[in-house]
Amino acid sequence: MCNLIPVAVTVGSNKIVPTISIPYPLGDPQTPKDVQWKLRYHRVGVALDALTEDIEEQTVFKVKI
Amino acid sequence: MVNKNNEGILGGGVMKKAVYYINQFFAGIGGEDQADQKPEIREGLIGPSLAMNSMLDAEITHTIICGDNFMGSNTEEAVKTILGFLDNVEFDIFVAGPAFQAGRYGVACGTISKAVKEKYGVPVLTSMNEENPGVEMFKKDIYIFKGGKSAAKMRDDVKVMAAFGNKLLKGEPTGPAETEGFFERGIRAQIWLDNGPIAARRGVEMLVKKLNGEEFKTELPIPKADRVEIAAPVKDLTKANIALITTGGIVPVENPDRIQSASATRWGRYDISNIERLESGVFKTIHAGFDPAAADADPNVVIPVDAMKAYLKEGKIGKLHDYFYSTVGTGTTQAEAARMGREIVEKLKEDSVDGVIMTST
Repeated sequence: MCNLIPVAVTVGSNKIVPTISIPYPLGDPQTPKDVQWKLRYHRVGVALDALTEDIEEQTVFKVKI
Repeated sequence: MVNKNNEGILGGGVMKKAVYYINQFFAGIGGEDQADQKPEIREGLIGPSLAMNSMLDAEITHTIICGDNFMGSNTEEAVKTILGFLDNVEFDIFVAGPAFQAGRYGVACGTISKAVKEKYGVPVLTSMNEENPGVEMFKKDIYIFKGGKSAAKMRDDVKVMAAFGNKLLKGEPTGPAETEGFFERGIRAQIWLDNGPIAARRGVEMLVKKLNGEEFKTELPIPKADRVEIAAPVKDLTKANIALITTGGIVPVENPDRIQSASATRWGRYDISNIERLESGVFKTIHAGFDPAAADADPNVVIPVDAMKAYLKEGKIGKLHDYFYSTVGTGTTQAEAARMGREIVEKLKEDSVDGVIMTST
């Protein structure tokens, strides 16, 4: 889970889930706590599901929140 | 508008023009707390462009400044804004950095240099240390000179770029990557040798050396790709033991393993079996490569222990591994990172971990 997707792709990460920033990957402190929680819960869920995916090549997984 | 005329050569007196790119730190605006700085353009010289201006056979008329996080997180907007500035500037060459081992700065220098080259067709130059991820990302697109690890090498790194830039500005022939000091771009150029054996003879000589087990130097180096095999998928999450790892430097506030804030060689693991989330004041980040305010206020935004505990309760995962693992990813060499990775994997295997979520900052 990272913010700089091009870097992750270049260094060879195989399963990549985007985060929102460098200093706060999973929760923008400018937003309310429940908004941060929803984003974090969603993206970590995407990452967990990604672990079960059988992929053939480097994949950047889509997030909805 | 870009100055594409040849007056500098034909007229013999017209000074060529250059534009320079630096980040918020080298502009003297501030460190990580100012890394969200939006792009701006200033007339004249700031920071490293002063040294470059004294060595380059061109006048640096403008310096562009952009925060590293802004470039990293809002790349499209940052590039668009900067190209917008340049539409009204005449220049013959574009220089960025040097970025040394600063990863985000290196990626920023590469990103903007490539965009400028594509839009205006002028030569672009930058410089980075070999450990900078920007090298691997952009070395095929632009000239990246082999730079030092830190700003102590500023003058040397600028000098090398300036010398090469002067050749380009004068239209003089340039040599191969190794001679000029930039990273190989994977471009093969045919050259005439003034003397020496012909290619057929050199090839046979290499073959003979190879057969005799002697060292020889190829004229067609093939770049090596360092790839990690794709792991087999986790079959059943509801029975799986999942671990959390971060390069975001989250540790107990006393940093018991004394993990370094930059160029880390140490990692630690910390028990989370009996807590629901990472509390501020109990855990913090010691990472020196980003503004720690948000991570210190709520460490779960870097390593999502609270969300994993929720998924554990719901039964989506079978187990959350008792420990999370942490180190610092800024300035850390690839060799050290690979070693720490191997050490951590060994521990994870001992503890029958089935899958890992790794967060990076």
